[in-house]
Amino acid sequence: MKYGILMHEENDDVGVAVMDLAAGSEIGAATLEGHPVGNIVVTQDIPLGHKVAMRDMAPDQRVIEYGRIIGRATQAITRGEHVHVHNIRTMPW
Amino acid sequence: MKKFEEYLLNGYRRENGKVGVRNHILILPVDDISNAAAEGVARLIRGTIALPHPYGRLQFGADLDLTFRTLIGTGCNPNIAAVVVIGIEPNWTDNIAHGIAETGKPVAGFSIERQGDLKTIEMASRKAKEFVQWATELPRLPIEIKEMTLSTKCGESDTTSGLASNPTIGRTFERLEKMGATLIFGETSEVTGAEDKVAENCATPEVRAEFLRTFQAYQDFINAQDADLFGSQPTQGNIRGGLSTIEEKALGNVEKMGRCRVQSVLGPAVEPKSPGLHFMDSSSAAAEMVTLCGAAGSVVHFFTTGQGNIVGNPIVPVIKLSANPLTVETMSEHIDVDLSGLLRFEYNLDGAADRAMAMLARTINGRLTSAETLRHDEFVLTKLYRSA
Repeated sequence: MKYGILMHEENDDVGVAVMDLAAGSEIGAATLEGHPVGNIVVTQDIPLGHKVAMRDMAPDQRVIEYGRIIGRATQAITRGEHVHVHNIRTMPW
Repeated sequence: MKKFEEYLLNGYRRENGKVGVRNHILILPVDDISNAAAEGVARLIRGTIALPHPYGRLQFGADLDLTFRTLIGTGCNPNIAAVVVIGIEPNWTDNIAHGIAETGKPVAGFSIERQGDLKTIEMASRKAKEFVQWATELPRLPIEIKEMTLSTKCGESDTTSGLASNPTIGRTFERLEKMGATLIFGETSEVTGAEDKVAENCATPEVRAEFLRTFQAYQDFINAQDADLFGSQPTQGNIRGGLSTIEEKALGNVEKMGRCRVQSVLGPAVEPKSPGLHFMDSSSAAAEMVTLCGAAGSVVHFFTTGQGNIVGNPIVPVIKLSANPLTVETMSEHIDVDLSGLLRFEYNLDGAADRAMAMLARTINGRLTSAETLRHDEFVLTKLYRSA
């Protein structure tokens, strides 16, 4: 497969692994329309369907996917890291 | 692959002009204690379906109205040829039977008090046999998509839902809207964080105001329970599939709208009054939502799943679509449309919508869905509050 990470919007903070990604591997990312967004080295094992940080994020920073806020970082997140319930949380609750 | 436009669509035209794609005879209990008699009839008479459920006693106010509306709406659904209603006493039994009879379809009501289960089962079975033999001679006739009501919901969603299967339904709904179909979506709690996207798509300021009022009423209800949905939304299945927050889930959910305009906001189990897309105030629990859509007249339901929600419905064929490669491989018997090729760029959204539309045509024309063949007959009433 050409791309292992798909992104809703080119400038999103996170992309979605569309296959299981192994820590240390360099993975191609693309938008849904097939525009390449460059390569990224994932720093942790990331299962299919889970999110990858496309850039560093500070604690409390708003996290963007779909070009929209999907929650806030609860701790510092670095590029290539697994992004999930352990490091982001919903805004309302 | 054969295109949707190449299929000649055939269905059942009911007495009131509505069009269905199945030809069921329902044995409908009014209340929990009439389930045994209804199921007794369904065991005796081939070609009937009983819809057992746990409610219908000592409900009041809006909660009772919703139960009645759901039972009557289910009987009125154009996938139903005729209905036998069975209740414990004659008054509420007649209410349900008369509500369904307004469609002009054959309906008969039976009550158990002063007869007992066995005599009731005998009389109801004789009537059910008559209905089945009549209905099995009804012909399938040419129909058009603009005569039909269709619905959608997603379940056990994951990130592949928002990336692929939900946008496929969005594209499919855009095509169906153009053809003049009537469409329903909903899931009030699951638009949290994307409510403004739904509001933007509302056809008029009045519809927008009504949508936002409905959305806020649900938020107020959660707050009044002194609770939040953390831990419930997203579900454990959603989290396993990679969804982290309700906002992320909601943004994926509303992809099912496509660029359709929302024509009205419907109460639960309320029938849309015009073509186009309608938002139904509804639970996000799969079986409840599909049951409400069926009661509102939906004759085919598109259900997208990530991790593999296996829900079906006894009267509405549920077409199951998934783009998660693990799910379509490990749960293949549940999936009607495999969309995992979208994630591998094997086809684009239009190609994916072609696949969904072709399966719609085949389902209309009689192909049993995976949920139908696997006997996924979940009929679940929405309960608004505790009974008297």
